[in-house]
Amino acid sequence: MLSANLSAIFYLISGVLFILALRGLSSPETSRQGNFFGILGMIIAVVVTFFSIGNFSTGFVVVLIFLLIGGLIGAFIAYKIPMTAMPELVAGFHSLVGLAAVFVAIAAFLNPEAFNLGSPGKIKLGSLIEMSIGAAVGAITFSGSIIAFLKLQGIMSGSPLTFKGQHTLNALILISIIVITYLLCSTQSPNLFWILLAISFLIGFLLIIPIGGADMPVVISMLNSYSGWAAAGIGFTLENTALIITGALVGSSGAILSYIMCKGMNRSFFNVILGGFGATEQSASSKNKEQKPVKSGNADDAAFLMKNASSVIIVPGYGMAVAQAQHALREMVDTLKKNDIKVSYAIHPVAGRMPGHMNVLLAEANVPYDEVFELEEINNDFANADVAFVIGANDVTNPVAKSDPQSPIYGMPVLDVEKCKSVLFVKRSLSPGYAGIDNDLFYKENTLMLFSDAKKMTEDITKNL
Amino acid sequence: MEIDPLVFRLSIFILSIFIGYYVVWSVTPSLHTPLMSVTNAISSVIIVGAIIAGLAGNSDTIFNTSSIFGFLAISLAAINIFGGFLVTQRMLAMYKKKKKGK
Repeated sequence: MLSANLSAIFYLISGVLFILALRGLSSPETSRQGNFFGILGMIIAVVVTFFSIGNFSTGFVVVLIFLLIGGLIGAFIAYKIPMTAMPELVAGFHSLVGLAAVFVAIAAFLNPEAFNLGSPGKIKLGSLIEMSIGAAVGAITFSGSIIAFLKLQGIMSGSPLTFKGQHTLNALILISIIVITYLLCSTQSPNLFWILLAISFLIGFLLIIPIGGADMPVVISMLNSYSGWAAAGIGFTLENTALIITGALVGSSGAILSYIMCKGMNRSFFNVILGGFGATEQSASSKNKEQKPVKSGNADDAAFLMKNASSVIIVPGYGMAVAQAQHALREMVDTLKKNDIKVSYAIHPVAGRMPGHMNVLLAEANVPYDEVFELEEINNDFANADVAFVIGANDVTNPVAKSDPQSPIYGMPVLDVEKCKSVLFVKRSLSPGYAGIDNDLFYKENTLMLFSDAKKMTEDITKNL
Repeated sequence: MEIDPLVFRLSIFILSIFIGYYVVWSVTPSLHTPLMSVTNAISSVIIVGAIIAGLAGNSDTIFNTSSIFGFLAISLAAINIFGGFLVTQRMLAMYKKKKKGK
């Protein structure tokens, strides 16, 4: 059996390894090593836990069996999941972390002796507070992530679900969570503990249903952050350094990602949380779009334009992933490169449905990461490029965000696609994007609309090159 | 007067938030998805608590309510640990540099 001090040192080491795991992600070259550090940290934490308990009887075998079951399921999912489904997967994983936190809190509440926290009905006050926080945040993470998962999967409608008095109800529930936690700490009543869990599940559910599909990148990052705080809460209960460090890392990571996503959409965090975006503005702009002239072309025209270009910038969006066009796109780019045309990719912070999603999809299609650029890196290059090829993106290219203070997306950073000599816009129709507003780019003199399925159009262009 | 150990844990917690803040800002935006999947995996170190709960019973009472919750939490966390690290691995393996001479 390991002494408490020695195991604490090992937990500290595993916490440091987790920091290094995140540090590795600062560049693709060091990232794989970082992931290895993460795995090592996890192995150390688990093995040290076994040795510090020192119980290798029947219970140990049962633990291993449950570990193995979970491990096999996890490994199976990891190998099977298509990259387009990463947002759903991550949402699903968040819900599991949340539920695991809830279960650990329940176990600790029912059997505090095992965790050195006192005896049932006489749990140390500090531990009980920490436990309640961990359990409540875990429960919110769980039910919130389930809703996010259902919305991303399309099982539940992505449109925001709002009703009257929603915010008042949520506020009341949040207050009652605090009151019940207080009562729980003074009475130690198990019933209050269960009630606390039940309303925490409820509030997680209520918080996410009014948030629309377009805001999912923020929601996922936010739940990422919650899962971290839940882990940290449990870490305080268990007096475990590895868990406290990790919880803090994950919590701040999720918070930063939420911030980046909000900034990418020029929305305030509270605006997203209060929800309802994308429900109200839909009708406003649909009136005068048919009258404006639109130039449309076919694959042949597009191929001609690109053949005569010396530099092309590709602007991919989530629509590309939906059409599974990323591989066809790479083939088109390969052909362009053979003709000595310079090609780069421009990625908006909120392209795709979660932070960095588009980069993963392009990487999967074997696009080298040094050809892929972020908004700030490439936005000045549009003025010097010959052709911008917009595929599956819409709102993130809309010049209205710069010109019209009335527009709901005004102030959102957008890619300056219209500065290119010519713009090729692959889209199935003129319908507006997620934000529900018309894109001025469609009607510009130098825009050629290519009305077709993204994958088919890309393949046709490649044939014509 | 002795300092409550809670204060030490709080110090670790606060300092870790700062470390997290600086480390995460240095993560390249193109790796934000792997960042999310790996944070998912490491937050499942909560399995430590689940193992303690699972092993709490003595040999006659392996399956009391508390340890059953422990066992379930072990499986949930294990899905995350294996799933999270492996899917991150899979993603990171796709990030390649441009091959020379192409």
